[in-house]
Amino acid sequence: MPKDPRIKKVLVIGSGPIIIGQAAEFDYSGTQACRALKSEGVETVLVNSNPATIMTDPDIADHVYIEPLTAEVVERIIEKEKPDAILPNLGGQTGLNLSMELARSGFLDRSGVRLLACKPDTIDRAEDRQLFKDTMEKLHQPIIPSKVVENLDDALNFAEIIGYPVIVRPAFTMGGTGGGICEDRDKLHEIATNGLRLSPIHQILVEKCISGWKEIEYEVMRDSKGNVITVCNMENLDPVGIHTGDSIVVAPSQTLSDKEYQMLRTAALDIITELGIEGGCNCQFALKPDSFEYAVIEVNPRVSRSSALASKATGYPIAKVATKIALGYTLDEITNDVTGETCACFEPALDYVVVKYPKWPFDKFVYADKSLGTQMMATGEVMAIGNSFEHAMMKAVSSTELGLDTMTLPDFEKLSTEEIIEHLHVQDSERAFCVYEALKHGVPHDTIYDITKIDWWFLDKLQHLADMEMALQNGALTEEKYLAAKKLGFLDKTIQRLSGAETLPAHPGAAFKMVDTCAAEFAAKTPYFYSTCDADNEAAQFIAERSDPNKKKVLVFGSGPIRIGQGIEFDYCSVHAVWTLKKHGCEAVLVNNNPETVSTDFDTGDRLYFDPLNPESVDQIIATEKPDGCLVQFGGQTAIKLAKHMDDIGLPILGTPADAIDEAEDRERFDELLERCGIPRPEGRTVYTLEEALQAAREVGYPVLMRPSYVLGGQNMIVAYNSADVTEYMGVITKHVDMSHPVLMDKYILGTECEVDAICDGTDYLVPGIMQQVERTGVHSGDSICVYPPYTFSQKVIDTLVDYTGRFARELKVVGLVNVQYAVQNDRVYVIEVNPRSSRTVPYISKVTGVPMVDLAVRCTLGEKLRDMGYGTGLWRNGQSPYTAIKVPVYSFLKLHGVDTMLGPEMKSTGEVLGIAPNFHEAMMKGLVAAGYQFKTPGPGSCVIISVKDSDKPEAAELAWKLHDYGYKIYGTPGTAKFLNGQMVPCSVVRQMSEARPNVLDLLESGLVDYIISTSPHGRDPHRDSVKFRRKATELSIPTITAMDTARVLVDALRGDHDISEMELVDVAALHRDAAAGK
Amino acid sequence: MQSYLILANGQVFRGQSIGCPGTTIGEVVFATGMVGFEETLTDPSYYGQIITQTYPLIGNYGMNSEDVESGKIWAKGYIVREACKTPSNFRSEETLDAFLKKNGIIGIEGVDTRSLTRTLRESGVMNGAITTEFDPDAEPEKKAALMPAITAYAVTEAVATVTCAAPKTFEPTTNVIDGREVETPLHVALLDLGCKNNIVRCLQKRGCRVTVLPGTATAAELAALNPDGLMLSNGPGDPAENVGIIANIKQMLDTGIPTFGICLGHQLTALAAGAKTCKLKYGHRGANQPVTSPAKQRTFITSQNHGYAVMADTLPETVGKMSYFNANDGTCEGMDYFKWNCFTVQFHPEANGGPKDTEFLFDEFVKRMLAAKGVINDA
Repeated sequence: MPKDPRIKKVLVIGSGPIIIGQAAEFDYSGTQACRALKSEGVETVLVNSNPATIMTDPDIADHVYIEPLTAEVVERIIEKEKPDAILPNLGGQTGLNLSMELARSGFLDRSGVRLLACKPDTIDRAEDRQLFKDTMEKLHQPIIPSKVVENLDDALNFAEIIGYPVIVRPAFTMGGTGGGICEDRDKLHEIATNGLRLSPIHQILVEKCISGWKEIEYEVMRDSKGNVITVCNMENLDPVGIHTGDSIVVAPSQTLSDKEYQMLRTAALDIITELGIEGGCNCQFALKPDSFEYAVIEVNPRVSRSSALASKATGYPIAKVATKIALGYTLDEITNDVTGETCACFEPALDYVVVKYPKWPFDKFVYADKSLGTQMMATGEVMAIGNSFEHAMMKAVSSTELGLDTMTLPDFEKLSTEEIIEHLHVQDSERAFCVYEALKHGVPHDTIYDITKIDWWFLDKLQHLADMEMALQNGALTEEKYLAAKKLGFLDKTIQRLSGAETLPAHPGAAFKMVDTCAAEFAAKTPYFYSTCDADNEAAQFIAERSDPNKKKVLVFGSGPIRIGQGIEFDYCSVHAVWTLKKHGCEAVLVNNNPETVSTDFDTGDRLYFDPLNPESVDQIIATEKPDGCLVQFGGQTAIKLAKHMDDIGLPILGTPADAIDEAEDRERFDELLERCGIPRPEGRTVYTLEEALQAAREVGYPVLMRPSYVLGGQNMIVAYNSADVTEYMGVITKHVDMSHPVLMDKYILGTECEVDAICDGTDYLVPGIMQQVERTGVHSGDSICVYPPYTFSQKVIDTLVDYTGRFARELKVVGLVNVQYAVQNDRVYVIEVNPRSSRTVPYISKVTGVPMVDLAVRCTLGEKLRDMGYGTGLWRNGQSPYTAIKVPVYSFLKLHGVDTMLGPEMKSTGEVLGIAPNFHEAMMKGLVAAGYQFKTPGPGSCVIISVKDSDKPEAAELAWKLHDYGYKIYGTPGTAKFLNGQMVPCSVVRQMSEARPNVLDLLESGLVDYIISTSPHGRDPHRDSVKFRRKATELSIPTITAMDTARVLVDALRGDHDISEMELVDVAALHRDAAAGK
Repeated sequence: MQSYLILANGQVFRGQSIGCPGTTIGEVVFATGMVGFEETLTDPSYYGQIITQTYPLIGNYGMNSEDVESGKIWAKGYIVREACKTPSNFRSEETLDAFLKKNGIIGIEGVDTRSLTRTLRESGVMNGAITTEFDPDAEPEKKAALMPAITAYAVTEAVATVTCAAPKTFEPTTNVIDGREVETPLHVALLDLGCKNNIVRCLQKRGCRVTVLPGTATAAELAALNPDGLMLSNGPGDPAENVGIIANIKQMLDTGIPTFGICLGHQLTALAAGAKTCKLKYGHRGANQPVTSPAKQRTFITSQNHGYAVMADTLPETVGKMSYFNANDGTCEGMDYFKWNCFTVQFHPEANGGPKDTEFLFDEFVKRMLAAKGVINDA
C-alpha cells in the first residue's frame, strides 16, 4: 500500500528530559521519524520538553513546541495546530503513555486526530500485566509463573505459593523503575510497597525468579499487510536478573544454535502479529541454558533503546522504516537505504560482532550503590564493532572512558584468588572486570559459571584477552605475539605498557570494513565503517571512488557515551557541526561510539567511523581519510582530550587552537591570561597532596571550592568548609582521578552565578544570550535553574559580562565557541572558568534566541566573518528577548541508590527541560511543570517538611510563612522548628530519622508530605541522617528541594495566581525564522 | 598449520588449516546465515562447492547429531574467519574442527571472509582450491601447476552422487492430519535429488509416511508405490544436466499426482515443463532472502541455497505462472502449474537453517493431497 493520502500533518511526541532509562535514543528515533515525515512531504509538529535535542530543531520539524509533556499541554497544541494524526511510538515510554492518555480520554476521536501505528488495545496487551499474560497464553507462549497484584497481601501470598526468590515488576514504569529481586518476605514487603506506589495504575507483577537463564532479545517489525521481519537478535552476556540496559550485550546471539534462534524468532514474530503492531517491537526472552525451555519476559510495543542499538548494530534504520509504515507503506515498498537497491523487507546479515557496554554514573557518585538488578542504572552506553568478540570488547572498554585500556581494574589486581572468587558473587557494575581478574588467576570456568551464570563461551573469549595480557607482561615481545595482541584489540600503548618494549614491530595498520546490512552480498552505498586488523581496506576504496578531492575534508569527533555532565547537548553540537560543514562545501567525517545518538546515524556525516575515540584509533582513521583538518570543540571533553594529540601529529585543528584549551585549564597560564585581560577571579591554588591542600585552604580561607583540573561536569567537585572536608575529598579524589593533573582550589565566592556562550571569529564576537542562574554559587551550573535573559542584573553587570567574554575570546584566539562562567557579587563580576569550546547550554540558547550558534561557529572555523553572517556582533538584540526561557534540570535520583540528592558543585542532573513564556513567572511555572512538579492544591493535612542548616534558617522562615499562608502545615526537624517558632512561624517538631519513632520516617510514609526543603552543611556520606532522610523522600517520590534559591522560586510558583492552561504556546521554529530574517 | 585458498583468478588468501590437511578443489560460494552452520555443512545441495561463511565466528555452539541435514558433509571445503575451539551449548558434542576431520573435509580459518565475499560478489562464483601442501607465494610453480585443475573444475554427476542408493521409508510422527485424527497416513514419495532431512521431518510431523526414492526412480516405480503425493527435493549442481531425471519427472507429473517441489525439484519441474534455467552470478545462499507472493500480497523471509534459477518468462503461459519472486532481484522463486497438480518453490520452506515462515507450504501440499483423495473439497 502506498502512503495514506489523508495524512498531511503529523504530531510527533518526544520523550522529554534525559533520565536513566530514557536517553538520547529517542532523540535519534524522533529525529529520524521527523526527517522521514518531511521527505514524504508531511508537515510535522513536534512537542518535547527537552531543549537539548536535535529533534526540537527548526530544521527538523515545521512547528516546534518545547513545552511540558502533559496531556493538557498536548491537547492545546493539537487544538492550535490541528494535525491529522499523531505518531506515538517513537518518543519512548513518555510519548507512548501520553498518546494513550489522549486516546483513552476520547480527545483524539473528538478532535479527529488519528493515532498511527498502534491502538490503545495493542499497547494494553503488551504493557498491562494481566492482558499480556492472557495474550501469551492464547499464543501458547510460555511465560514465567507470575501474578498481577494490586496490594501487598496478595503479593506476599503469591510469593508463598511460587516460592522465593521472586521478581517485582511495576506496571507502566520505564526502565523497570521500582522493581527488583526479592530473596525473602522482608525484601518483598519493601519492594512491593514501593512498586505499587510508583506504578501509575498501582499494579505490580510478582513473578518467579529465573535469574541465570540466558537473556535474548529480538527486534522485530511488521507492516499493515502482515509482513514480519527480525532486524536483529541480541544476547546478553549477563544472564536474566540484570536489566538489559545494564548488561553487556552482543549482537547477533553467539551461543544459540539455529534451532534455538529460530524458535525464539518465530515466537517474536507470532507475538508482534498477534498484537497487530504496525512498526517496531522489542521482545525479550529468557532461555534455559540446558534445554529448549524458554519464557517471554517482556514486549515493548514501540521503538526502544534496544531498537536504537539494533539499528546501529545492523545499519537498518528502524525508526525511519517504522515511520514509513505508520504512513501506510509496507515493508516491501520501502527501499533499503543502505544498498539503495534491495528492499526493507529482509533481515540484516551481520559479518561482524557487536558489543554494547553500559556507561554507569558510579565514577561520579562514589557513594552510590553499584549493584545491578532489574532496575536500570546506566546513563548511556557505547557500542563497538569488530570481527572477533575480543576485538569488539577491547574497543568497548576503551570507549567507556573509564581510564582502562584492558579489562584489568586496578582495585581487583590487589586481591587474592580467594577474595576474587568471593567477589564474583557481587553483582555490580564492575563484575565483568572481576570475572576477568578471576580468569587471570586461573579460576576454573566452571567455578565462575556456577557463581555468575555467564556463559562459558564468553568466559572463553575473555580468557583469550586475559591470557594475552599476561603473556605481554611475561617474556619478550615477539612479532608473532605482537600481531596476535593487535588482532585481539590491544592498543600499541597498552602493549608497550605491559611488555615494557621500547619499540614495537611494524604492523600494517588498520583496515576499515563497511556495515552494510547484508554481509557484502550486495554493493552498499553507506559510508559506515569500523576498524579491523585485515588488509583489505574498504574505506580507502570508498574514498577513492566517491570522495570529492576538491572538497575540504574535516574530521569531527563525537562525544562518546551519555553521562552526567556530558549529555545529549554535545551530540547536538557534533551533528550541527557536521551539517554545517556539509552545507559549506566540506566533506564531514564523523567518529563516535554511542549507538543512541543522531551523530551515529549512517547518513548524518559523509562518512561515519564507529570506533573508540582514543589516539591510536583516531590515528588509524586519519591514515585512511587523510583529512585536511579536524574539529574538536563540539564533542565535549571526549573530543577536547584529543586536541593535544592532534597538535602532536600535526593535523590542523579548525578554529580555536589546542593551546587555548591548555591556557584555560592550566592554573598558572590561566592566571596570566586573566592578568592580560584585566579580569578579577577568586583567589586560588594548585595542589597535588593532602598537605598542600590543607596549607592552601588555610591561606585562601574557608570555604573553598575543590575540583580536579580537566574537569567535566563538575566531576568530583565540592565546597569544603573545613579541614575535615578537605581531607575526605583528597582521599576520594586520589583514588578516582589520575593525579598527574593537580587539584584546583579556589576561594568560594557567595554570589549569583551566570553563564555566557559566545561565538568568535578571531576578531569579532557575538553573545547570543546571557544566562542567570537561580541557585547561588556552589550549585553546579548544570544543576541550576537557568534563566534567559537575566532577571536581576544591572546594565552595568551585563555590559561587564559581555566585555569580559569578548576579552577572553580575543585573548584566547577563539575561533568558534567559548563558554564563560561568572560569579556576580555586589555588582562585581568574577570569572569562575573559561571553556574555549561548545558547552551544555549551546542548544538551549540557540533555540531560545534563534541564533544557530554551532552553524555560525563552524563557519567561523572555515574562515567566514561574523559581520557577514547577518546576526551582527556584540550582544544579540542588546539582550532583549520577547520571551523568558528557563532551563530546569531533571534528576534520576530514584534509580541511583545511596546518592545524596543535595545539590552542590558536583553535577547530578541527567537531563533538562525548558519553560518558555512571555514573562519570568510563567516560564518558571512551565519549566517546573515540565520537570515533573505537580502543583497540587494543598488538601487537609498537606504538609511541608523543612530541615535546613543554620545559615539557611532566616530564609527558611520567610518561605515557611508563605507556605503556611498557602494552607500547608509546616513540620521542622528540632533545630529548624525551634528557629521557625522563634520567628513566630507555626511549625511542629518532627524527630530525626535516627531518633525514636514515630519520627520523620513515619511522616514521610503518611503520604501527606507534598514538599521537602532540606539543606545540610554536609552531604554525600549515605550514613548521615540528612542524607538518609533525603534518600527516603526520593524513594517515595516526594519533591525535595535542597537549595534555598530553588525553594524560593518553587514557593513563588505555588502562589497559584497563574494558570498553565492559559499560557501562550511558543512555536520555537517561528522564532528562528524571525531571527534568520533579521526581525 | 598454514593453509592457503587459491582462487581461479590467481588471488591467494592465507589462513590456518582446520579439518584435514591436503588439497581440495571446488566452486567457491558464500553463505550469509549467521546461525545454522551445521545444517549448511551437511546440506547435500553444497555438493562440489567450497563454502565460505560470511559470519566470522563459526562453531560457537558446537556440533550435535540431531541437527544434521544428511549423513555427511557433501561440500568440498569450508572457509571461515574463526572456528570456535571451545563451543558452548547444552547439545554440543564436538567441535567444528573435529567434525570436519571426521568427514575428511579440508577447511581453512583466519581468512578475511568479507574480502573474499566481495570478490565473489563482483566477479561471480569462482572455482578455487584450499591447500596445506605448499605456499603459493613461495612456490609459484606449484601454484601454476594447480591452476589448470582449478579452472577446469566443474560440478558434475551431482545428483547421482548425493542421492540414496535404495528406497527407504519413514513413518509419520503424528496421526493428526490437517487437524483431524486419521487411521491411515498420507503416503508421500520423496524423490531424493540431494534431500535435506528436514523435508522428511516436515512431512512426518504432518502425518505423512514418507518413502524416499533414489533420484533416478522412474514413473513406473513411483506408480508401483501408489502414493498420495510426490515431493521433489532440493539438490546440487546444474539442473539442466539431469536430462533423464527431468524426463522421468515429466512422466510422473502427467499422471496428475499432487506434487510439491523445492529448490532443484523446482528447477527440474520447470525444465520438464519446457522452461529454461540460468546460472546466477553468485546465487542466493542465506537465511534472509525476501520472497514476494503477489497472490498472498505478502513478502516472506526465506532460507535459500541455490546458484541456478528458473527463467520465468521462458515458461509457456498456458503451462504455469510464477507464484513467488525474489523481492531483491526479481528472480523466480516459485511456480504454480496449470496442467499439473503441482507447485514448486526455489527457496527452502523446510528451513534448517533459517526462518520457518514458509513452512505453511507443507500444509498446502497436505491439503492438495487430501483434496485429490476427495477427503476435503479444495486445496
